[in-house]
Amino acid sequence: MTTTTTRSSAPSPAPSPARSAGELLLAGLRNNMRQYGMLVALALIVVLFQIWTDGTLLLPNNVSNLVQQNSYILILAMGMMIVIIAGHIDLSVGSLAAFVGALAAVMMVKHDMPWALALVLSLLIGAAAGAWQGFWIAYVGIPSFIVTLAGMLLFRGATQIVLEGQSIAPFPKGFQNIAQGFIPEMGPYTQYHNPTLLIGLAVVAVILFQEWRDRRRQTAYELDVLPFNLWLLKCAAIVAAVVAFTLTLASYHGVPVVLLILCALLIGLGFVMRNAVVGRHVYALGGNKAAAKLSGVKDKRVTFLVFVNMGVLAALAGCVYAARLNAGTPQAGINFELEAIAAAFIGGASMSGGVGTVLGAIIGGLVLGVLNNGMSLVGIGTDYQQVIKGLVLLAAVGFDVWNKRKVGS
Amino acid sequence: MTAATTGAQEAQAVRPILEMRSITKTFPGVKALSDVHLTVRPGEIHAICGENGAGKSTLMKVLSGVHGHGSYEGEILFEGEPVAFRDIRASEKRGIVIIHQELALVPYLSIAENIFLGNEHATRGVISWNETLRSADRLMKRVGLPEKPQTRVADIGVGKQQLVEIAKALSKEVKLLILDEPTAALNDEDSGKLLQLILELREQGIASIIISHKLNEIRHIADSVTILRDGRTIETLPVRETPSAEPELSEDRIIRGMVGRDLDNRFPDRTHYAGEDAGETALSVTGWTVRHPIDHQRKVVDDVSLEVRRGEIVGIAGLMGAGRTELAMNIFGRSYGIHDGGTVAVNGREVQTRTVPDAVGHGIAYVTEDRKTYGLNLIDNINRNISLASLPGFTRRGVVDEHEERRVAEHFRKSMNIKAPTVFEQVQRLSGGNQQKVVLSKWIHAGPEVLILDEPTRGIDIGAKYEIYTVIDELAAQGKAVLFISSELPELLGMCDRIYTMAAGRLTGEIAREDATQEVLMRHMTMDRS
Repeated sequence: MTTTTTRSSAPSPAPSPARSAGELLLAGLRNNMRQYGMLVALALIVVLFQIWTDGTLLLPNNVSNLVQQNSYILILAMGMMIVIIAGHIDLSVGSLAAFVGALAAVMMVKHDMPWALALVLSLLIGAAAGAWQGFWIAYVGIPSFIVTLAGMLLFRGATQIVLEGQSIAPFPKGFQNIAQGFIPEMGPYTQYHNPTLLIGLAVVAVILFQEWRDRRRQTAYELDVLPFNLWLLKCAAIVAAVVAFTLTLASYHGVPVVLLILCALLIGLGFVMRNAVVGRHVYALGGNKAAAKLSGVKDKRVTFLVFVNMGVLAALAGCVYAARLNAGTPQAGINFELEAIAAAFIGGASMSGGVGTVLGAIIGGLVLGVLNNGMSLVGIGTDYQQVIKGLVLLAAVGFDVWNKRKVGS
Repeated sequence: MTAATTGAQEAQAVRPILEMRSITKTFPGVKALSDVHLTVRPGEIHAICGENGAGKSTLMKVLSGVHGHGSYEGEILFEGEPVAFRDIRASEKRGIVIIHQELALVPYLSIAENIFLGNEHATRGVISWNETLRSADRLMKRVGLPEKPQTRVADIGVGKQQLVEIAKALSKEVKLLILDEPTAALNDEDSGKLLQLILELREQGIASIIISHKLNEIRHIADSVTILRDGRTIETLPVRETPSAEPELSEDRIIRGMVGRDLDNRFPDRTHYAGEDAGETALSVTGWTVRHPIDHQRKVVDDVSLEVRRGEIVGIAGLMGAGRTELAMNIFGRSYGIHDGGTVAVNGREVQTRTVPDAVGHGIAYVTEDRKTYGLNLIDNINRNISLASLPGFTRRGVVDEHEERRVAEHFRKSMNIKAPTVFEQVQRLSGGNQQKVVLSKWIHAGPEVLILDEPTRGIDIGAKYEIYTVIDELAAQGKAVLFISSELPELLGMCDRIYTMAAGRLTGEIAREDATQEVLMRHMTMDRS
């Protein structure tokens, strides 16, 4: 921070017109403590297991595996984050995922339905299930804990009814690709997967363009911006991360299909929560329902939509999980809701609602995912894995509580 | 109290019950208190005045141990001995009890249970209910609370809840009672009772420190007043010679100390009183009736008709329970109670206001009396609170333009003088006055034709009040119609073109500016027509 000579005579400190880079950075850090904290924690966990596993963790095939292994939890975590921001909870997502996966299996295997049609129908069923729960929560006013606890039992039972207690397999190749497939290779042989390189290049271009446009508009509105060299550094860091990730994927089979789905959801939902009116209304509702209503927020409709969204995402997660397993089974999705809730809280959600970001859910989910994967690689048993994950959840939220108290008092 | 000794001699002769010397308290980045002195004599009522953010509450938190020993510099002497309270229990043990502005009662427990919460009549962890009820009854008699000790706190009014707090303090054998804005949420009648009780406690030798924005109350009961400004002690003034004497200190004198300048006028000169030449009728309400949300038999608003013209500021005066807020909230999207007849017209056209979006769409805005519960998303920032009611206005093809949003917020931060480093400051970190400016900004930006302001200056300091009055005047000058609900009569008299009065759900009078005095208003407000 820069210290210049200040006049001590004036009792009221005049707000300095341009704040220093350090102050801006600190203010940003303070406002997003939980998220930055978890990002740093994620980086530390990655580094730790990278060393511990002698570099196995970040080998190209393991990175692909990591993405595919955690995809369905990440999908659920994004929806769960929105539900929690709105001040609710959803305990039914694991059962609902299993139910939709089972229906998809029945449609494709028993009725020979084309997989694309089955997928679309599955998502619609998810939306309907979400609407069912949303109706009771938003319009009847039953607490979401109760409604979704009922849903958890209901959909689990329905799954067993649909499957008659048995697994149904196998699925068409196209459906399996949702979870297991990669983008096909094209063009001449290089050392790397060509389309992946192109996608990486496109991502870098888009990010740089966005950053540049944001900066230009902020300047036009005479808002505070990062100093130019710091901004360059930030851009360079982002580009470096994207390039490293791209090269890693490109030296194996390329971009997993499910990664594209995850990115689309992250960008889409992140955008809606940040920039669309309905997203803002979700935050307002979670932060102070009474004030939001008096500001013209249609509280019932927003709550309803949040649960419809969760239903669709649960259905998608169910399809991805079924595709990964290549079977619809009655045991699918057990404890998924708890993993998703844990991911959301590790990623910065607050029990009382109104706080959190979709990106946070991804970070939280990755913390859990990398822990799972890393601990398996070094041979820690699932018993100890559970203990450690429990402690991580406690530590993450505990850190946040402690940090808030320090700022507050 | 011997009437022979004068106040000045008494001050020297008697050892103070409390002395706070050179208290300095620093929060990260801010010096909340610097070198503050406070001396309270035994058995006196000592008022502390100051604008919001002057450090009153922080000083009381230091005294009561909320900010424990070691977190501040300076020295505290209680009954002549230096004390170092680590927490609030330590200070209560010595007989210092603080009653916060937001009451700390458990709504679903009984009065008796609340009184002895944390201090139960128990042997080896088992509560003796007979003893509890008997003691509670005794304490309740002492504070004049005519309820059963078994009554749930949720079922009694705010005024009585305040008495429960005081009974709780008495149960701890209080020697020094600290009251933070005790009458802010009370109506005139309950306030009067409470102040009387504080006077009675003084007779019993209990000293009180009272923080209040209501200067007439301070003049009414205090013996001396200490004025804080910007975290410093400005001065300590005697209010009266002896406890029974008439006050000698004027309100203007206190105000001068608080704001550091003479405030000749507490209200801005209206740029233009809307007289005969006021614009056409902007809001007209006809025969509006509202029933109680639970007790459907009860009419909380009964056949009220009123109108506000463009450029007018029209007041609604009434005691608590008169139905003013209920009327406003029912008109504003049925936010309270059940509508049972009546029509609203905006600019001469009858409109439906069944939902809040309807009301807002027809150009009506309602600024709530309870900004923390109904006005703000406290955990969000200034920026997003201001934009909430007019998000579609910031939106192009469903996308919120964050740059525009931020520009608007910055505009209001400057024009409304919202004291915050950036528009990304959390609203809960702001003082009451600044929070109120955020709520007002939100509704001004929604661009309404009619603004209903419900107690817009409640619980905020005089400087901020003046700023808000100026904003209201500007709104009227721009041709908006303003309906101004307030319990502070001087404020209505200072600002309004016309004043309606309400009592027990009915309109009892319509008084022009020229004819309005506090006495006339009070007479109409207390009219009993049933």
